[in-house]
Amino acid sequence: MARVLLNIPRSARPGEVVTIRTLIQHGMETGYRPGADGEVLPRDILRRFTATYDGAEVFAAELSPAIAANPFLSFALVATRTAPLVLRWQGDNGFDQTETREITVAP
Amino acid sequence: MRVARRALAGLFAAPALAQAAPVVVVVGGGFGGASCARALRRNGLAVTLVEPHATYTACPFSNTVIAGLRPMERQRFGYGALRDQGIGVAHQAATGVDATARRVTLADGSVLPYDRLVLSPGIALRFDALAGYDEAAAEVMPHAWHAGAQTELLRARLEAMEDGGTVVLTVPANPYRCPPGPYERASLVAHYLRTRKPRSKLLVLDAKDAFSKQRLFEAAWAALYPGLLEYVPLSGGGRVTGVNLAAREVVTEFGNHAGDVVNVIPPQRAGDIARIAGTADRSGWCPVDPASFESRLVPNVHVIGDACIAGAMPKSAFAANAQARVCADAITRLLRGAPVPEPRLLNTCYSLVGPGYGISVAGVYRAVEGVLADSPGAGGISPLDAPPAFREAEALYAEDWFATITADAFG
Repeated sequence: MARVLLNIPRSARPGEVVTIRTLIQHGMETGYRPGADGEVLPRDILRRFTATYDGAEVFAAELSPAIAANPFLSFALVATRTAPLVLRWQGDNGFDQTETREITVAP
Repeated sequence: MRVARRALAGLFAAPALAQAAPVVVVVGGGFGGASCARALRRNGLAVTLVEPHATYTACPFSNTVIAGLRPMERQRFGYGALRDQGIGVAHQAATGVDATARRVTLADGSVLPYDRLVLSPGIALRFDALAGYDEAAAEVMPHAWHAGAQTELLRARLEAMEDGGTVVLTVPANPYRCPPGPYERASLVAHYLRTRKPRSKLLVLDAKDAFSKQRLFEAAWAALYPGLLEYVPLSGGGRVTGVNLAAREVVTEFGNHAGDVVNVIPPQRAGDIARIAGTADRSGWCPVDPASFESRLVPNVHVIGDACIAGAMPKSAFAANAQARVCADAITRLLRGAPVPEPRLLNTCYSLVGPGYGISVAGVYRAVEGVLADSPGAGGISPLDAPPAFREAEALYAEDWFATITADAFG
């Protein structure tokens, strides 16, 4: 399990635009870089990030070898009703990690 | 055409030299400016140094003042030796540069003509970079990144804090003055807390994941200050984006951190006169030719020290002193119509992680495709597994280094 930092509001008013911030600790090894022994290190990157809120995908990103280690992703969504926000990172070597946080929406 | 131009240059250059020694104005009386003025004067040029303060307060070793290990007086240097050497010293701020007419304007309205101008303005703190961190905020959360009153303010804050308090220290992304400085400061603040306020905590929030002498610092922290110093890198949410003065908090993307004493080292840029003169680019720093340190943007103006973009060379007092001497030599040659050689520059940097515990890094730099680059195989860093006597010796070398470099710059 990679360490993940999240900044997600616990609660919001209906219709409020809230900012979600995520950082996952991942080396994002490009596959182009030689290691100490001169051999090229095999690629090991995150390839896809998705955010699902109330069952619908609200944000997704394709990641590439040019993206720095420990990717920081930030996006906004409209809080409509109390529902889980599911964040999922998938990548090389079967990497698959999911974090779920409930956003409570009340007037 | 080429022949004609050369002949003309010869006609004009020779009488000009015969009539009067060329005039060089140096703006900024820190390690770069003072060293450069002295080297230029030794080469027989007429030199005026422009520096608003009558006394210079040195940044190297100022972290030991903050930790209560050294009196402030030992950081202060005057310009008497420069005057004795025949350097004109104007205690004024430079407010304008006319690069076409080759004139510097001072705060009192007087004008200094020059053949060559050297700018060594050091850094300006960017009070627009962190939300809520302006000059007024620096009186509450000192930066102490200009030595002087700020150094004493941070010292006073630490002394006034009760045992059991939390100190927060924030570190900017590159580039900034003195790359290992924040980590030396963290070490010495941790030393002060461990010996005087042992129930306290130090939280270091860094906008980077890697830093100068990192393994040496981290090994020393684990050995000397376990449980007291917590280091949070960029990947742990360490990048500070603002401050909340009322709550005595710093703000990151992933939450706020409150401190009884908060030391914010903000992002930086070249000192104001670099921008006024048009020598700073969009990065806020000054691109220069690595052989002469002449500005890439403004002819006949040279920029040295922290303000210039010196490639792999760090922004340090030693680097400023080395650049000052290369620049002075290049200016002397240029004014005499002699070719400027490819330089070799050296930097050495000592850090104290506690009293009697010094570590160092040294580098050698040369121009590669117009940029100062590390000379491979030269320089080095303190070994990771060294006996205490070695660390103690390096702490003494650091003192010797300070005595040598301040003698070269200020006499």
